Amino acid sequence: MDASLTRSATAGIVARAQDLFEDLSFNAAREWKAAKPGRKVVGYMPIYVPREIIHAADMLPLGVVGGGDQLEVIHGDAYYQSYICRIPRSTIELGVSGRLDFVDGMLFPSICDVIRNLSGMWKMMFPDVYSRYFDVPQNYRDEIGGNYYVNELAELRHDLGELRGKPITDDELRHSIAVYNENRKLVRELYAFRAERPWQAPAPEVYLVLRAGLVLPVEEHSAMLRDYLAAARAEERPMRDNCRIVLTGAFCEQPPLNLIKSLELAGCYVVDDDLLLVTRWLTADVPTDGDPLRNLATSFLHQSESTAAKYEPDQKEKGQHLVRAVKKSGAEGVIFAAPSFCDPALLDRPMLQHVLKDAGIPFIAFKYAENSGQMQPIREQAGTFADSIKLWSGA
Amino acid sequence: MSRVIVTPKAAAKEVLKDASMQKQKDMMAGHYDRLTSAPETGAKVASTFVPGNLNELIMCFDLVNNLPEVNAIQSGLRRQSGGYVLEAEKIGHSEDVCTYVKSDVGMMAKGNIAPNGKKFPNPDVLLLSYTGCFTFMKWFELLREQYKCETIMLHTPYMGDGKITPNMVEYMVKQLKEEVIPKLEQVSGVKFDIDRLRENLKKSVTAEEDLVWVLQSAKNKPSPIDAYFGGIYYIGPIFGAFRGTDDAIEYYKFLREEVAERIAEGKGPVTPDGDMGKEKYRLVVEGPPNYTNFRQFWKMFYDEGAVVVASSYTKVGGVYDLGFRHNPDKPLETLAEYCLGVYTNRSLPMRIDMLSNYINEYEADGLLINSIKSCNSFSAGQLLMMREVEKRTGKPAAFVESDLVDPRYFSAANIKNRLESYLQMIEQKRAGSKAA
Repeated sequence: MDASLTRSATAGIVARAQDLFEDLSFNAAREWKAAKPGRKVVGYMPIYVPREIIHAADMLPLGVVGGGDQLEVIHGDAYYQSYICRIPRSTIELGVSGRLDFVDGMLFPSICDVIRNLSGMWKMMFPDVYSRYFDVPQNYRDEIGGNYYVNELAELRHDLGELRGKPITDDELRHSIAVYNENRKLVRELYAFRAERPWQAPAPEVYLVLRAGLVLPVEEHSAMLRDYLAAARAEERPMRDNCRIVLTGAFCEQPPLNLIKSLELAGCYVVDDDLLLVTRWLTADVPTDGDPLRNLATSFLHQSESTAAKYEPDQKEKGQHLVRAVKKSGAEGVIFAAPSFCDPALLDRPMLQHVLKDAGIPFIAFKYAENSGQMQPIREQAGTFADSIKLWSGA
Repeated sequence: MSRVIVTPKAAAKEVLKDASMQKQKDMMAGHYDRLTSAPETGAKVASTFVPGNLNELIMCFDLVNNLPEVNAIQSGLRRQSGGYVLEAEKIGHSEDVCTYVKSDVGMMAKGNIAPNGKKFPNPDVLLLSYTGCFTFMKWFELLREQYKCETIMLHTPYMGDGKITPNMVEYMVKQLKEEVIPKLEQVSGVKFDIDRLRENLKKSVTAEEDLVWVLQSAKNKPSPIDAYFGGIYYIGPIFGAFRGTDDAIEYYKFLREEVAERIAEGKGPVTPDGDMGKEKYRLVVEGPPNYTNFRQFWKMFYDEGAVVVASSYTKVGGVYDLGFRHNPDKPLETLAEYCLGVYTNRSLPMRIDMLSNYINEYEADGLLINSIKSCNSFSAGQLLMMREVEKRTGKPAAFVESDLVDPRYFSAANIKNRLESYLQMIEQKRAGSKAA
């Protein structure tokens, strides 16, 4: 394949993803909705909701992950004290400024007390929108947490069926599970490719392509992933003398894109991360035969990502997901990057750091906000970390 | 060599306590002695939380209940929490997170000394009854890392839609039957006896009735109690280690008689400086108090003649005044419903309803929010609550900020200023309604 053509293919996909990322009016989703009468859009916040059920109701699941650094928060600050993280205030801003006025429902997953309370605020502020706090079990036994979760899923299925005006069938659900299995497979492939050749799939590009999946129909996003993988594989890019790191703690409020770029510029290839976990929350295919809700529940209980918003019942397992991520991706260190005032990430951090210390894995930590503008300190810290790994890792 | 001249400090003014406060203090002291003597007596210890604590169940296994939040409060009241918080930050905890956690972690690092000066025993089991606060979950993971003991998780779903569903209750009962009780049996070596649980629950009901009577006595004018600052003393036994005991029954009976006497005499609340003067303002307060400057904070209110007639904080360990009572006939279901119904597990619209109703029922002049820097469970959403309560009741609301047990976030001048401005606002509102 002609190299210049390939380059333009990669650049074209990334440019499209970047446009979607920068569009705070969610025009792609608006166009999707307007294309056929009766279409509905259901928004969801990080970190996980069963998008399969929304899809099975012929609705568009729309990821709402705050306003980023391009959104000027004017009204949202009036709703939150200074010591509360930024994602709820920019999400409120998106709501009160009419940017989400086409959204028919909002799901608030179980992440933390701030998002939990935001679910109640949404009910008060947007009473005509279907909104639901989507609780998940912290008990992982099939007959306890599993049964509870199946019933919660059934309630969501019922509600969305009502919103659509027609119940969601098992076959519709099975089809949606298959469609999302395909998407997750491609995301896993993308992550594996980046871990193998991070210079071929730079972290800011991977992030943008992944993020596009929050606003596009899943079928379209899978096509984008396929195209990006093909283009990125075909394009030869120079390998830098960077170290390889796992980025963790960024599972909810997203860091500015510049922060991700800064890490690479400072000499760190991101070879694994916990950004946009919803795109790969379930770590293996969900079976498409049998009871679809039971299958989703079983996958949630036994094959899902570990993160600070989940209880870890086994002390010996605590933090091991990070050690495994380091080993699997061939990383040389871990960067903890958590949003300011993020209780789950910041309370988890000391425990994870103890595990890394015991495993002999170097780490650094800093905080950010989605609108952090000053990257120099982060670049310096990450640069020093990269240098120390390069200088001392063999010692 | 320069001489250091040490000026003797004036003796601290004696804090006036009524008889029930003294009784409560003695009960707490007895409890701490039971806890710290556990290594000698062989008693086993269960650490657990205040909201959703299962004291009646814990007692079925002869376990002594230890409450890390209460220990943090004690450290705050004794001005020790500041040092503990700094210690926790020194060993890697963020300045952004819950100061109860950091006070507890710092206390452990500094030798784990209880208020009676003796060492806290290591818990035999951590009963993570996780209700209405994500931080609890991380807190017990942190404690488990330290103590390496059995940790039992009881997950309470959040009342996001303002209702308790059969699915929620069933989930919790299943956890109780298949996780909590078998593990408590295993740790304690005591077989579970459901009749013993029923007996404990019966005792809870008696104490709950008297507590509600006391809290609702604030409907009188003047109010015989302060339902926030004084209320913290009143909830101590029932939210802590005494619900389901004869001690609690006795305490609340005694307290009720004491309050009835105050009503008969037309008296207001007892404050640390004695009987409160004329009741000028009746307030409803949302949010926890500040503990490092508790008396100073309280004094700002009673100096101005402001009495708190209802508060949300005194509902974190159970919302009995809305009708909930433990039901001995459905022992496990009632434990589930208790956990589900505590204040911090209620949705924001439910919290707004409750505060608005309090303002109307207790004929309050308005709502004051003490927003806690390190408690997102309470604080996130309070500005909307304030606006909504104002809209519904037509009564003014105001906002002050402090922290639970971190003295760095208590600015006395700021709070006093805001409180005084707020009380002036109430005066203006009154003048306005008279003129109309």
